[in-house]
This record gives sequence, structure tokens and C-alpha cells, in this order.
Amino acid sequence: MESSSLQRQLANLKKSLFDQGNLDEQFYQLEELQDDASPNFVEEVVTLFFRDSSRLVANIEQAIEKCPRDYGSLDALVHQLKDSASSIGAAKMMKDCTVFREYCEKRNSEGCLRSFQKVKKEHSTLRLKLENYFQLLRQVGPAEKATRSGK
Amino acid sequence: MAVDAEAQFHVLAVDDSLLDRKLIERLLKTSSFQVTTVDSGSKALEVLGLKEDQTSTPALSPEHNEIEVNLVITDYCMPGMTGYDLLKKIKESSSLKDIPVVIMSSENVPSRINRCLEEGAEEFFLKPVQLSDMRRLRPHILKGKHKEQQLHQEENSNTNHIIISSSNNNNMSNKRKAMDEEVLSERTRLRFSSSSLNVI
Repeated sequence: MESSSLQRQLANLKKSLFDQGNLDEQFYQLEELQDDASPNFVEEVVTLFFRDSSRLVANIEQAIEKCPRDYGSLDALVHQLKDSASSIGAAKMMKDCTVFREYCEKRNSEGCLRSFQKVKKEHSTLRLKLENYFQLLRQVGPAEKATRSGK
Repeated sequence: MAVDAEAQFHVLAVDDSLLDRKLIERLLKTSSFQVTTVDSGSKALEVLGLKEDQTSTPALSPEHNEIEVNLVITDYCMPGMTGYDLLKKIKESSSLKDIPVVIMSSENVPSRINRCLEEGAEEFFLKPVQLSDMRRLRPHILKGKHKEQQLHQEENSNTNHIIISSSNNNNMSNKRKAMDEEVLSERTRLRFSSSSLNVI
């Protein structure tokens, strides 16, 4: 049966998400809130997050390219993104957003552009990893859902 | 009417973010609360039976189109009516002022926290809100109900017993005073002892 290899992949992916700092303990909070009454809670929340974050990343892109640049609006958008990230425990995104905001405050153009690249990169990485994670979860089956085995 | 400690209380959650509404709803439901979520302060006032420009609810029976809300938990940063504005409206309303209000915010700004507490908020939660934070809600609801009870008891004893021994009277007001002091110190303690709050 393939299931033990899938389980191993699942455990490794989860471990990597935490070891690499993509996710923090807030993600466990989400898992704790998942139960029979709300069996897909974590995935639903993560989906909502990516809906929000994709929109925000697009808006940030627009704001960054605007001439003259409105650092106030830019900062407000990055702030929203950071808040969203904190809800699912997207630790690295939060850190990247913090740095981005610091550059906004200083009106440092170079810094903002660099930060934005980092944020976009982490956004794609996180999305990919989590998509894989939920796919594996589905394949492995309901028995393996919401365990903290990868901790 | 005794307050049943196991009674299901109804919490009104206000947040403009769908993601955060979903989270707070789950947190509350998991903690055995009945939940209504709305995305704005003005909708919250509607649910509470108060139009934005009113200061007291119309004299309708509770069953009419209002639902009893035992606690309001609201995000601070919202477009239009902020959580602070909503808090003010509730505390200024003769019919709603006794409903406990909790504010949530992703930012730890001491002046903001103080402002809210001074305006009558029971607590300030830092986002992301945790399951453990939910445990702090019930005491605020029960305290409110207890005060209500005491108020009724006092009113009854005042009308039915014209000659009241002064010591009896003092006991009642001392109890309330002690409770108020307890509330005050509890509020201060919670403000500074919350692991996620760093008061600089």
C-alpha cells in the first residue's frame, strides 16, 4: 500500500513548513479548531487567506508602480497583508512584511522593491507547499487529519 | 431568576475581514457560544436593535426583531465605524450600555488599549485571538448578569422593606463595591499580565 509513503511525505512536508519557518504555532491553533463539526476548517481558512493575499499582492504591485509613489497607501496594504498572514501563522510572510513596512516608513524605494520581491517569493512558496500539503492530506485519508505528528 | 452557569451565551462578533470572521466564529463556537457575525459596526448596531442615530432602542418586546446579545467582540480597525466608535455607541445607549464589549486588534498600542478600556471595554485581545482567550469572556458575561440580579434584589428590598437596618444596606453596597474593586484590579491585572500584551 502506498499510504505509509504518503504519510511519510505528509509528515516531512509539515515538518519542513515549520523548520523552514514558513509556519508557526498559530497553524496548530487552526488545527485545534478543526473537528467533526468543521472537518475542513484549516483548508477553508487557508483558502480564504490566499484569496485575500493574492488580491493584496496585486494591489501592492500597483501601488509600487504608481508614480509618484504613495508610501502611506503602500504601507497600509502591506499592513493588511501582514495581519492576514498572522491569522494562519504564515511566519515568514509576517517577517517579510515587517521589513517591507520599515522601508515604507523610511520611504526607501530600493528597500521597498527588494522587500516586495521577497514577499512575492514567499507567497508563492507558501502557496505551493500548502497546496501540496492539502493534496497529500486528502490522499492519505481522514484518519490522518489534524495530527500534530510533524511537530 | 438564577443564572445558569451552563447557559449558552450569545456573542456578536464584528470584523470587516471574512478570514477573521471565520476564525472568531470557530473560536467562539468551539467554546460553546452562540455566534452572530457581522462585517461592520453599523450592522452590529442593527442586530442590537439600535439605529446609528438613536441612543436608545425603541420600546419593542425583545422577541420582536432583536436577539439577546450577551457580549460584543469587535475588531478595532474597520472602515467607517471603528471598533472604538461602536464601543462608544454601545456605552452611550441606555439600553445597551451593560453589554460587555471586548476589542480585538493586531496592533499592540498602549494608548489605544487604554482609550478602549477607559471607554468601558472589558478587555483588549491581541490578534490572532487564541482559544485560551475565549475563557476570559464568560466571567464578563456572568459578572454583568450578577450585577443585574443584585440591582433587582436591591430594588425589591428597597420597595418592600421601608425600614432597613443600616448594616444590611451597607452589606449590599459593600458587596458591590468589593466587586467593583475586584473588577478594576482584574482589569488592570489582565491588561498587564496577558502574555501577548507588552505594555511599554
